[in-house]
Amino acid sequence: MTLHEIKELLDAEVLIGENQLGMEVKTAFVADLMSDVLAFATAGSLLITGLTNPQVVRTADVLDIAAVLMGRGKRPSQETFQLAEELNIPILTTKFILFEIAGRLYANGMRGCIEKVGSK
Amino acid sequence: MDLESVIKVLNLKVRSGEDKLKTEVRGGYAGDLLSDVMANSKEGDLWITRQVHQNIVAVASLKEHAGIVLVQDSEPAKDTLEKAIKEGIPILVSELSGFEVTARIYNLLKKTD
Amino acid sequence: MDEKPLFDGSFSVVGGGNYDNAGEVSTSIKTILKKMGLPGDVVRKVALVSYEAEINIVSYARKGMIRLRVVSDRIMIEAIDEGQGIPDIELAMQPGWSTANQKTREMGFGAGMGLCNIKSFSDTFHISSEVGKGTHLKIIINTNSSSLQ
Repeated sequence: MTLHEIKELLDAEVLIGENQLGMEVKTAFVADLMSDVLAFATAGSLLITGLTNPQVVRTADVLDIAAVLMGRGKRPSQETFQLAEELNIPILTTKFILFEIAGRLYANGMRGCIEKVGSK
Repeated sequence: MDLESVIKVLNLKVRSGEDKLKTEVRGGYAGDLLSDVMANSKEGDLWITRQVHQNIVAVASLKEHAGIVLVQDSEPAKDTLEKAIKEGIPILVSELSGFEVTARIYNLLKKTD
Repeated sequence: MDEKPLFDGSFSVVGGGNYDNAGEVSTSIKTILKKMGLPGDVVRKVALVSYEAEINIVSYARKGMIRLRVVSDRIMIEAIDEGQGIPDIELAMQPGWSTANQKTREMGFGAGMGLCNIKSFSDTFHISSEVGKGTHLKIIINTNSSSLQ
């Protein structure tokens, strides 16, 4: 799915990355714990999280994650926003809970970046 | 849809709450931040998380969740399991990633709406 | 290491639970390695190891430093900190074992996976620690010598 399609599907607001909406994303990872993202998320995937602190952006940068989608109506803090601008990481926000986000994306063809542990 | 059906379709391993499998699953909530789950999840939700410490039992109990699904083959800690058995909270384990399990449960419940 | 390194530098990390600039060192390291033309997967591995080490220093130590050394066939990352140290290393290496405080957890860390993650992404991993003094990590990640001209 492209970031544009994700935006439409989840009625999301694009805070950073208006010029990158054509970016294709095929896999996603849901996490509120950074360690999990670090251990399992793959490059080019969509990070779906409820965290809004700057470390989310650092993690995304470290792993070459395509974009960060904040759910639960969460918005990035000022520092997070600035850092994402600096590192050029797209950030979207939607009011839907992570359960709904994952469900809808899956129904539209998105898959987990790992299916199960040990299948990386 | 009841817990038993979800377990069957998704091949979940049952670690506790074997006598609660007929519980109705009304919805789902994915999250690892306890304060968020306390504030935003609902009664009858199947809670999907990878947190394995004993506090998850208290949360599931207080919020009257249908059960807890641990992802990526995470197993409950020893005291977590003890507490879950005592409080009658179903703990289920999936080998799938958080995204996959959450998404599949969502679409499973949607089908039966 | 006998050969002259292609890169050798140290970066200081502020500890004490101050997350303001946490991750900055790892971003710098990533930029350096990218500029050197290293393959994406190697850069990501090093950045990840550096990041987990950096966060550990921020979360658990007073201060520390990360040293990056690049030679033709491998990259060495050293993380040395001044802080509480680790009383039981075996326990600390167990997935899920954590001594994180509330603040650390709220940031999304403290799941007890940091050291495990570092180890699983390293080709060589060595850890030593002294209670009341600090912890020392030595990590080597091998690279294809052909990627470094």
